[in-house]
Amino acid sequence: MNILTGNDLKTGAVTWWDGSGWSLHVDDAADAGAEADTILAREEAARHVVSAYAVDGEKTAEGVRPAHIKERIRALGPTVRLDLSLKPADPAAGNWVI
Amino acid sequence: MYKYDTYDQAMVDARVAEFRDQVHRRLDGSLPEDKFRPLRLMNGLYLQLHAYMLRVAVPYGTLSSAQMRVLGDIADKYDRGYGHFTTRQNIQYNWIKLEDAPDILADLAKVEMHAIQTSGNCIRNISSDQYAGAAADELVDPRPYAELLRQWSSFHPEFSYLPRKFKIAVIASATDRAAMRLHDIGIEIVKNDKGEIGAAFYVGGGMGRTPMIAPCINAFVPLDQLVTYSEACLRVYNRYGRRDNKYKARIKILVHELGKKEYTRQVEAEFAHLLTQGIEPPLAELERIKAQFADPAFESGLTDSVDRSDPDFALWVDRNTAAHRVPGYAIVTISLKPVGGIPGDASADQIRLMADLAKEYAFDELRVTHAQNIVLAHVKKADLHALWTRLDEAGLSTANLDTIGDIIACPGLDYCSLANARSIPVAQKISERFAGREGELGEIKLKISGCINACGHHHAGHIGILGVDRKGVENYQLLLGGSEGADTSLGQITGPGFDEDGIVGAIETATGVYLANKEGEERFLDTYRRIGMAPFKEAIYG
Repeated sequence: MNILTGNDLKTGAVTWWDGSGWSLHVDDAADAGAEADTILAREEAARHVVSAYAVDGEKTAEGVRPAHIKERIRALGPTVRLDLSLKPADPAAGNWVI
Repeated sequence: MYKYDTYDQAMVDARVAEFRDQVHRRLDGSLPEDKFRPLRLMNGLYLQLHAYMLRVAVPYGTLSSAQMRVLGDIADKYDRGYGHFTTRQNIQYNWIKLEDAPDILADLAKVEMHAIQTSGNCIRNISSDQYAGAAADELVDPRPYAELLRQWSSFHPEFSYLPRKFKIAVIASATDRAAMRLHDIGIEIVKNDKGEIGAAFYVGGGMGRTPMIAPCINAFVPLDQLVTYSEACLRVYNRYGRRDNKYKARIKILVHELGKKEYTRQVEAEFAHLLTQGIEPPLAELERIKAQFADPAFESGLTDSVDRSDPDFALWVDRNTAAHRVPGYAIVTISLKPVGGIPGDASADQIRLMADLAKEYAFDELRVTHAQNIVLAHVKKADLHALWTRLDEAGLSTANLDTIGDIIACPGLDYCSLANARSIPVAQKISERFAGREGELGEIKLKISGCINACGHHHAGHIGILGVDRKGVENYQLLLGGSEGADTSLGQITGPGFDEDGIVGAIETATGVYLANKEGEERFLDTYRRIGMAPFKEAIYG
């Protein structure tokens, strides 16, 4: 999968392109395929997202998983503060990053 | 403490208004990101891994209680209830919203603080000795000189777009507690043979991907030429520093490539020219600043004795207090390194508590240390137990200063967009593994960076750890033998790296080698320097 990620301009929150807009949840990430550059340029110009870029990912049984650890940490939140992550109730959430 | 005059306040207030307008224009679309980015960075606002990050300047690490209280309030009001004290004596907030940033800067300006020059290729926050004004071994208080340089370097038009960022440290003790020789310019206030006070200039130090120890280029610059000499050092760098290659743009590369002799020759020539230009502020200005760093109202005739009947308290006194130059007082370091905790993090409540305790016990003043702890510089020994009790109730009484648990760690890949590996989980594992062995292992300075930029000072650790990315997997290199003190040295890599658990095991092995070879009162570093790398390498890699 060619998935797109960036930060919300106003809040800075990590977001993922879901095919029609930007979601806080990596599981919503859509495959941008060959349209990645077009979408990124359009969405940045519209101020829907800032510092956006494309990364490799794959669809797994547990959902969408970015290929690189950096994006997995962006998707989850800091592994040392799971209470602030998107899965605060899951004590094992950090293992997903490794 | 230095108090803003009307010029200082007007400059900071004007910057808040200017940035408010810039943020407004960014949000309404009239200012594109490529134009806005350098403007937000000039105000300390980065876009990090999870959100915007705001780095607030704490000049030479000194804070009033009122300022510290506002830092705690900002953590609650605009962030997620905590702040992170950094290796440059600043504080960072990790979850800032762009739309809130102008209001935060306005809150800071009300207590004479800002985030100006905490990013960008300019002269950054000037750091100093966290024991300034209190240390028993100090020649003079270095902070008035740091403040003079802060004023000189703030909005300096010639040095706002240097080849790269520029860091200055000022100390005035033979014991270097500020890693002075690992700065772009390290200034040591010294006394010459005639008994005059002046400044020794060390130029071209730094960590990062090419660590260098700054050589002394002038052992005595008269105090009434301090700014002029600094200007000369910067001018030569600004003129010849490499702008074509970011990785070779720091002054350490210029000094190294020109050689100390030629760089010094050029600085001296520029200095001679600048002396004719009358740029040095009058000494009266330095005296005006000095008056604001006058001693607090120390009491005389106080006792030096401390009731040590509580063993936990006695241990904390032994580990976390240092000699004060005034009888009856002690310097207290509050460790922000609880066992298994995140180095340098403090909750909003803890920040406000430390502010209150400073007001109550330490003449209304705190210091941030480059080792990511907080210092109360002037505490009556008679008050130590009461202070410790309050700290203990808030989880702030960890007795581990300068031990293996007192780890410097950068935010690493958990927060930083530049990082290659996480630092904090490694620090937590080491802290937990060695908890309770601090006495056995003695002084060990352990420092962890999550990438080659070395914000965690790994080159200067007795034990250093560098996180790298090996084909998408975190890997940790081990370094031994670094030091940031008066005996500054750079750590050497032991060999191939380890995974997260492996690096903890390697440190266990290295400390075992130390204990097996230790002679007398040797510290880990002393033993390493005496026996060399080979026994450590042999034990670690077999």
